[in-house]
Amino acid sequence: MAILEANHIEKHFGSTKVLKDVSLSLEEGNALAIIGSSGSGKTTLLRCLNFLEIPNAGTISVKGETLFDASLSAKEWEKDIRKKRLHFGMVFQSFNLFPQYTALENVTLAEKLLAEEKPDFKKNKKEIFHAIEEHGKELLRQMGLESRMGHYPHQLSGGQQQRVAIARALALQPDILCFDEPTSALDPELTGEVLKVIRGLADRKTTMIIVTHEMAFARDVADRIIFMDDGVIVEQGDARQVIDNPVEERTKQFLARYTQG
Amino acid sequence: MIWTVTQALLNGLITTFEIFIFTLALALPFGLILAFGAMSRVKILRYFVQVLVWIIRGTPLMLQLIVMFYGPGMLGLNIWSGDEAGRIAATVVAFSINYACYFSVIFKGGIEGVPAGQREAGEVLGMTKSQIFFRVTLLQMVKRVVPPMSNEIITLVKDTALARTIAAYELTFAGYSFMKSAGLVWPLFYTGVFYLAFVGVLTLLFGYFEKKLSYFR
Ligand SMILES: Nc1ncnc2c1ncn2[C@@H]1O[C@H](COP(=O)(O)OP(=O)(O)O)[C@@H](O)[C@H]1O
Ligand SMILES: [Mg+2]
Repeated sequence: MAILEANHIEKHFGSTKVLKDVSLSLEEGNALAIIGSSGSGKTTLLRCLNFLEIPNAGTISVKGETLFDASLSAKEWEKDIRKKRLHFGMVFQSFNLFPQYTALENVTLAEKLLAEEKPDFKKNKKEIFHAIEEHGKELLRQMGLESRMGHYPHQLSGGQQQRVAIARALALQPDILCFDEPTSALDPELTGEVLKVIRGLADRKTTMIIVTHEMAFARDVADRIIFMDDGVIVEQGDARQVIDNPVEERTKQFLARYTQG
Repeated sequence: MIWTVTQALLNGLITTFEIFIFTLALALPFGLILAFGAMSRVKILRYFVQVLVWIIRGTPLMLQLIVMFYGPGMLGLNIWSGDEAGRIAATVVAFSINYACYFSVIFKGGIEGVPAGQREAGEVLGMTKSQIFFRVTLLQMVKRVVPPMSNEIITLVKDTALARTIAAYELTFAGYSFMKSAGLVWPLFYTGVFYLAFVGVLTLLFGYFEKKLSYFR
């Protein structure tokens, strides 16, 4: 069974329809890449999944549990919205690290705040915080940042900042990790280190949705690819299939622009 | 003579200091309320703040002070007692409204200057609204607000001299009184030393805050 099912998602901003009946599903341990020209609604789709935007129609369920249903009242589905958000992790195009915290603090902040709400927190505060910090350090090591844990975001390169952001998103162990053009804000020579980290996550069967303009990367790393245009899914399928042998005319035109360079 | 003058000026300095402190104590929270009003979803509230800020920034503070002191009496409302305390109270109220308007513009800029992505990053990490405010955005706002606020607060020190207009016995009035009574000009010049010392201390204080907040960007 699919870990994520989003059905008939619609999103309007005023009179502009940005998402028109978008449905997708994702298998556990799979990576899904979303491609498409700018303005096609990719970011809005990820923001809907993370409840940063509220869809006007549709349903979202994870592991069989319905997290969102547009036919329910806001009050009904907003219950436990914080908990629902934790099913998803989000890596933003512009990192959005907290500037006043070190790399390690960025990674551990949310976990510590969640721990404070647990009943046994007061009694075992020291042990709990210690465990969280060890976990954060381990994640930063995985990102190749063991020597940068005490650095503030402004002391890090873009590629390092984005890797901290990935560690931060992983810290709460989301079921599905979303990336919104994780390398688009980086200098070309820094994209490689971030793509390598994401590739490593895919190798470890992390369930992911990656919005990207790196076609070769999408073809290699993703299991499936969705091509979006003007708020609809035009084509989807096996990653190599979509990149190498697209069926739809619009997909062909879009990909042609990339292969021409 | 210098000792007599110094004593008189120190007396005036106390009033100057009182006007300064009370104005700050009122204008800071009132300014924050106005900033929230200016960003409110309620249209009337936004318009109210806009009009207030327009009036306050569009007229001289001296005029506002005179209206505040004499206005109520002309309407038959004698809210200010005729003594020194009444003059200081009228000054503090007029100054507080004036400075709250300037502060509100600074606060609004500080609040809106924190990128939306900061709040969103907190939201997707499951933080509550108050956790996001206190742990993520507040310090970034403070950092943005300190430099323009220090400018305004230093201006306030010098604006206290306007209280002389309604005969409040502050530092400049204390210096000026020697010109009238003894024909001496130098006591007025001498007040400059006190203003410089006052502003000097504030400058050091704000420099310290800015340095404290310089560890991040
Ligand atoms: N908050 C918003 N208000 C109005 N229009 C928006 C908003 N967010 C996105 N849009 C519009 O929705 C469309 C899709 O945007 P987006 O999801 O960012 O596309 P992509 O990520 O594929 O470039 C664009 O035309 C954009 O202008
Ligand atoms: Mg986008």
